Amino acid sequence: MSVDNNQGELWEVFIQSKNNLPYKHVGSVHATDKEMALQNARDLYTRRGEGRGIWVVPSQYIVASDPQENAEFFDPSEDKIYRHPTFYVMPEGSKNI
Amino acid sequence: MTEEQLEKNFQDRIDAEQKIEPREWMPEKYRKHLIRQISQHAHSEVIGMQPEGNWITRAPSMRAKMVLMAKVQDEAGHGLYLYSACETLGINRDELVEQLHTGKAKYASIFNYPTLNWADMGAVGWLVDGAAIVNQVSLQRTSYGPYARGMVKICKEESFHQRQGYEIIAAMAKGTPQQKEMAQDALNRFWWPSLMMFGPHDSDSPNSGNAIKWKIKRESNDVLRQRFIDKTIQQAELIGLTVPDEDLKWNEERQSYDWGEIDWDEFYEVINGNGLANRQRVAQHKKAHDQGAWVREAAKAYAVKQKNKEVLV
Ligand SMILES: [Fe+2]
Ligand SMILES: [Fe+2]
Repeated sequence: MSVDNNQGELWEVFIQSKNNLPYKHVGSVHATDKEMALQNARDLYTRRGEGRGIWVVPSQYIVASDPQENAEFFDPSEDKIYRHPTFYVMPEGSKNI
Repeated sequence: MTEEQLEKNFQDRIDAEQKIEPREWMPEKYRKHLIRQISQHAHSEVIGMQPEGNWITRAPSMRAKMVLMAKVQDEAGHGLYLYSACETLGINRDELVEQLHTGKAKYASIFNYPTLNWADMGAVGWLVDGAAIVNQVSLQRTSYGPYARGMVKICKEESFHQRQGYEIIAAMAKGTPQQKEMAQDALNRFWWPSLMMFGPHDSDSPNSGNAIKWKIKRESNDVLRQRFIDKTIQQAELIGLTVPDEDLKWNEERQSYDWGEIDWDEFYEVINGNGLANRQRVAQHKKAHDQGAWVREAAKAYAVKQKNKEVLV
């Protein structure tokens, strides 16, 4: 089906709920430009003070890893236990380390 | 991996209570089932704005008007969260709206009942949102990630909806004899349709096999309906209203209410388009959508103009 009602492009919305917290993906909105995307995101996702910062990004610019390739893609970190502090042997009785 | 292995991995993940995310492999039937269910849910939120929007201009006080507007605005938001979840499955907004207009997609039949007076604003918030909450709380654990997260957000917002409705109907039940009669009448008209919101009995529910296996649906229609009844009776009694069911009786052994039978002929009549307001609801949505076409065109033209400017500087 190829209906086009000019409902705008899809934008992904990220919200920072409090100062010093990372931005988190909350969903998406439709908009024809950046300003509209921001305002729509505000009206839709922060009606009750859920946010103190909003990012909107056109969905087409999100680059995502392919879940089907998770095994190979994340494999390089699987066997490197020496990247974790528990790998190391500390002298008996050592403190604050 | 063969189709069979993929399907087995998929089911294993579902059984392990993992959430399925948009770009992950899923059986085609799972995707279809979700598109149908989530879009129907989205359309219900949006069409559900009409029976209440109908009373905004006639709200009896400024406070009541502000509350009702906030509530109707929330329902628009719920519709949009759900359209956004649905779009992650590879269908676009235009198609979804088109399906609503052609009747290919359905919405909850409760919204095909008219709202005749202010007491109905109480009954809708208390019973219709109340029933929706029972269903949506259960769906917070649905297996598709974006749908589950949408439900969590929606549930946070719904409790105000039910409380504002109960406040309205409780105030009327405590008012003049005529007001109390209106409250009782609203309960009489909305009780059974609210119970119908949970759908057919489990024994007559053809789609639920896969939905339960794939954990799209977490609890059965009858279980959810009974939970709603058990929660609501006390609230009716407290404000001196009577639930219109002669067979309603506390069952000590089951610690639950026994109750009468739904008029299933009415249920199917309304689903098949012959409710009191079916035609009006879709026509109204189509009219608003068509009348807004010039705004969308103008916004698009504006965006093109802005882009051209960027190129120049
Ligand atoms: Fe809602
Ligand atoms: Fe609601």
